[in-house]
Amino acid sequence: MSTLDDRPASSAVGEAQSANPGGVAALMQSPVAIRLGAILLLTVGLTLLQLSGRAFWQGFVINLGIFMILVLSLNLASGFTGVFSLGHIGFMALGAYGSAILTLPLAKKADYLPNLPAWLAAVHFDFYLGPFPLGFLLATLLAAGLVAGVALLVGLVLMRLSGHFVAVATLGFLVIVRVILFNADNFTRGSRTFSNVTPYTGLWWVWCWAILTLYVVWRLKYSAYGRAMFAQREDSLAAQAIGLAILPPRLLAFVVSAFFTAVAGSLYAHFITSFSPTVFYFDLTFRVITMLIVGGLGSVSGSVLGTVAIMALAEALRRLEDVTLLYGMSQITLAVILIVIIIYRPNGLLGRREIVLARLFRKGGEPSP
Amino acid sequence: MLKLSNLHVYYGSIRALNGVSFQVNEGELVALIGSNGAGKSTTLKTISGLLRPRQGAILYEDADITRTAPDRIVALGISHCPEGRRIFGGLTVRENLRLGAVQRRRGTDMAADMDWVLSLFPILKERLSQSGGTLSGGEQQMLAIGRALMSRPKLLLLDEPSLGLAPLIVEHIFQIIRQLKQQGKTILLVEQNIHQALDAADRVYVIETGQITLTGTPEELKHNPQVEQSYLGK
Repeated sequence: MSTLDDRPASSAVGEAQSANPGGVAALMQSPVAIRLGAILLLTVGLTLLQLSGRAFWQGFVINLGIFMILVLSLNLASGFTGVFSLGHIGFMALGAYGSAILTLPLAKKADYLPNLPAWLAAVHFDFYLGPFPLGFLLATLLAAGLVAGVALLVGLVLMRLSGHFVAVATLGFLVIVRVILFNADNFTRGSRTFSNVTPYTGLWWVWCWAILTLYVVWRLKYSAYGRAMFAQREDSLAAQAIGLAILPPRLLAFVVSAFFTAVAGSLYAHFITSFSPTVFYFDLTFRVITMLIVGGLGSVSGSVLGTVAIMALAEALRRLEDVTLLYGMSQITLAVILIVIIIYRPNGLLGRREIVLARLFRKGGEPSP
Repeated sequence: MLKLSNLHVYYGSIRALNGVSFQVNEGELVALIGSNGAGKSTTLKTISGLLRPRQGAILYEDADITRTAPDRIVALGISHCPEGRRIFGGLTVRENLRLGAVQRRRGTDMAADMDWVLSLFPILKERLSQSGGTLSGGEQQMLAIGRALMSRPKLLLLDEPSLGLAPLIVEHIFQIIRQLKQQGKTILLVEQNIHQALDAADRVYVIETGQITLTGTPEELKHNPQVEQSYLGK
């Protein structure tokens, strides 16, 4: 438990400064150095993976990053505020279709989506800044911005609800998005596959976004907004009695979360390059929720841990399936693991605590403050 | 400072307040006493905007706050320390206190208020990084009062601060309530601990089944046969 903490690394700063200032040891207790080190390690890892040319593992790590964004976002919207959203994959779908329409080459567009309104049919985000596909970034930001606007409208209505009501209502949102995607075939090709999306998404795209999401969600947790989110989750009457308005923190969490969920949608679309509305439904919803619950509602590092754990486990089980020929076993095992976790660790692996990297390097036996 | 006139409040179709009127003057410590279900907490919740009256009006510093949102009411200077403490158990003591200051205008000196609250409740200083849920009942009550004070209220609504606490702790809490009054806070206190309430208050209202039935100074009420019989057990 000595590595688990409730508070941001800033509390560790003071301790690190008072700790012995002996070279490497001191460096290993400075949160800034540790964060830089972690990013450096990630960079080296990604570079090696990129150079290795192992397409399977590259794909795996890209997926890992996309899911990490999804889980972190859902944690912000649901874990921090206690307003459980089952509709987030709807935001992901809108982000995916939105940005894919913007980046689709003009010839493909005329071929694929002949009934697109003229102003949209002439749009192709293929701007480059040297080798950097600026158009992809802009399309992602634009789509995510639009989705955030949708989330604001939806949230203004739904974030006033609580408990089971909001879960059912957000589920309704997911169903509505799906029906719209199926029927707006001028924009989405309806139930037919939307394909030939330019494969922009790579390791760097995904992990830069993932790190940004991690940073934003972490900062929010320890901001005044984050305190407000957790306070109204615990006791909304007490929160109101001391002057907290319930709606603004919930709405902020919902909108920021929808933005990053849509970003994940855009990354996903430009990674798998062909998809249909069926991709963005219950299956994906439950996978993300499983990762969130396993990690712990309210814990940022828990989201990272939950995503890695479930992704790794699913992959290992899939391989075991291939060997043993017991197909379907992996899904059953994952479901059983989820049940076991809900029984024995109902708050997930971390609850709402955090793993503070600085503490991992500290020698044991120090009193936890 | 605060004037309630003819408040009628319902929970669904159940009537909780049936025409409550009273007032609290600046600098006073007014106690609202009564038995379970008489409408004491309902009155406080209505003042702080958590419940809406079906009829009647609440005037605070000559402004009508009957329909004002709870967060605006706190910003106007009324802070409500709810019954049963209701601190945020998963957050640290420091976070609980900071949340109490959420409605304060930016740039005001939160550190000074934190120091002031911690000087009232020195025990909280040792607990700052502990999560609220690990505190004892008395400490939680102190935290709840401290949290309510962090908004720098002019009028403090205290709902049963003695609830479930050992007599010695109750004594301590009431000392602090007297201290707050000396520092110029106006306080509306709801209590079932009649002896403590009568000892601390300037004026007392007795509420029964949603109506104010008696009012007076503590001395008058102590010798009122009805109060003696129903509340003081003589």
